[in-house]
Amino acid sequence: MKLLVCITKTPETTAKIAFTDGDSKFDESGVQFIMNPYDEWYALVRALELKEQHGGTVTAINVGPAANDVIIRKALAIGADDAVRIDTEALSSSQVAANIAAHAKDKGYDVIFTGKESIDYNGSEVGGMVAEHLGLPYVSYASHMDHDGSKATVSRDIEGGVEVVDVAGSFVLSASKGLAEQRIPNMRGIMMAKRKPLNVEAAAVSDSKVSVVSYTLPAAKGGVKMIDPENMDELVRLLHEEAKVI
Amino acid sequence: MSVLVLAESPKGKFKKAAYEAVHYGHKAAQSLGGECVALVIGACDDPGALGTYGASKVIHVADYAGGIDALVYASIIGQVAGQVGAKAVVVNHSSTGKSIAGRVGVKMDAGVVSQVNSVPVAEDGGITVTKPVFSGKAFAKCKIAGDKCVLSLMGNALPIEEVGSPCAVEAGSVDIPANSVTVKETKTVDGEVPLPEAELVVSAGRGMKGPENWGIIDELAKTIGATTACSRPVADTGWRPHHEHVGQTGVAIRPNLYIAAGISGAIQHLAGVNSSKCIVVINKDPEAPFFKAADYGVCADLFDVVPRLTEAFKKMKDA
Ligand SMILES: Cc1cc2nc3c(=O)[nH]c(=O)nc-3n(C[C@H](O)[C@H](O)[C@H](O)COP(=O)(O)OP(=O)(O)OC[C@H]3O[C@@H](n4cnc5c(N)ncnc54)[C@H](O)[C@@H]3O)c2cc1C
Ligand SMILES: Nc1ncnc2c1ncn2[C@@H]1O[C@H](COP(=O)(O)O)[C@@H](O)[C@H]1O
Repeated sequence: MKLLVCITKTPETTAKIAFTDGDSKFDESGVQFIMNPYDEWYALVRALELKEQHGGTVTAINVGPAANDVIIRKALAIGADDAVRIDTEALSSSQVAANIAAHAKDKGYDVIFTGKESIDYNGSEVGGMVAEHLGLPYVSYASHMDHDGSKATVSRDIEGGVEVVDVAGSFVLSASKGLAEQRIPNMRGIMMAKRKPLNVEAAAVSDSKVSVVSYTLPAAKGGVKMIDPENMDELVRLLHEEAKVI
Repeated sequence: MSVLVLAESPKGKFKKAAYEAVHYGHKAAQSLGGECVALVIGACDDPGALGTYGASKVIHVADYAGGIDALVYASIIGQVAGQVGAKAVVVNHSSTGKSIAGRVGVKMDAGVVSQVNSVPVAEDGGITVTKPVFSGKAFAKCKIAGDKCVLSLMGNALPIEEVGSPCAVEAGSVDIPANSVTVKETKTVDGEVPLPEAELVVSAGRGMKGPENWGIIDELAKTIGATTACSRPVADTGWRPHHEHVGQTGVAIRPNLYIAAGISGAIQHLAGVNSSKCIVVINKDPEAPFFKAADYGVCADLFDVVPRLTEAFKKMKDA
């Protein structure tokens, strides 16, 4: 099978969120970047499992600058065969998706994996956009997938449960928790990753439809009101009369 | 010009989310100029009801029964958007809406902003709108270049108001493409409000010691009609089902009330719950980080406090 996994870079989950340049830019100083957990833990690993089961290749793709090579090498260390980096700043999901689609067109990938969302901008947009550009089915929030080499049965997370769908031929899938078990790269993988091809391609699309004008932080909480554990009636009264939530 | 709103009608019925989307579409139409048109795909008992929340008319594509298929939905929405001259398309930020928004954006060559929580405004030769980013740790004001946009609306973001009366329903006339996926089965928990839609949530973590102790959490949730949730390690170890896991890598929720028992309040957990309107934390450790994010705190043993809180709620209900 020919498999493509879209990977992106996000701030580490405990990173301090702050802004510079008049609150118009994310402050990257001191922030560690990681591979988006949904891409690394679920999408990539499920792709590797399919390759182990049916044979084929797993290609990782990222739209971004050379600084992203670190996370791309990690995908290679975990087991991807080769990688592509589309050399441009990632400006928005529409620009990212257009570039991924331009690369994937006519290459005959059986499954194009994305994560369910990037944990920084939480867009959940790229997968559907890639699918529309390529005219392929889009199966989102997959928490389980069986694939026999030509068709797949996928469980999708929906509100309060799951939906099971069948899909045949090429399709785009977004991965949520449960699709696979996280794999940690071993020493051999890390050594081999250095020799695997990381092909840099020029961007096909460089204009963006959406940009961020400014950021704000949420208003600080007024401070916690501690309630006497012996007096739960008081808590209920406050929830009813003060917070008015019940 | 108009704003086209997809109103989801699972099993033929609207839920709160559909009214939210329509009311938001109504406000967006007031802001951008034009009317709010609602689109209903598939079976629906009472499409005209959407007029009450601000739709000036409803287009009903009744003869589609193929389930949620992003390719089909995007095609239908794209065709109807063309017919009614829609510059903006609104969907819920739900599993359905999120799967469709990007596709519709590509189809209409429009800017897409997901999870919006403010009414869009036309300014500086574009459209601006806000959304949470970094898992609710900040908000971004986004600018869409041009005059076409696709927005997915965050749940529970804006209050719903009744602004009109039931409106006319037109049968939609569209070409429906062949299904690209086949929905075989839908397994949802019955009788419980799904987490992303829940207004009241009772959640518990590793402080529960084991799955056999969840009775007191279920009892509390049942008493106030809340949906249950849990922290990630609890779902990972199989104490609770995966769909209950909230946080950065689980479901992001925004209920009116979030009660957390035996959860430490790690930053990744907070990321999924910190937009809740009111947070109550029950933890025996006074240093638990969750207290800093809470509105009300109870520092005590949850096995003692939770049953008594349930009793107190019962007393209030009976009074
Ligand atoms: C990349 C990444 C993503 C993550 N995503 C998520 C996520 O989406 N959601 C999530 O929840 N976590 C997530 N985590 C895990 C997170 O960091 C924490 O480990 C987790 O939230 C802790 O769960 P907990 O609070 O249930 O358990 P603990 O941290 O073990 O806390 C248990 C708490 O219970 C209290 N307690 C114990 N006994 C009692 C008692 N009898 N009465 C009252 N209180 C008691 C303790 O004082 C303690 O505060 C993520 C981690 C990483 C690295
Ligand atoms: N710059 C990028 N390069 C490659 N893939 C990306 C990029 N940004 C997002 N993706 C993929 O799209 C998914 C959803 O991202 P988003 O739409 O931003 O929430 C991610 O989990 C990745 O799989």
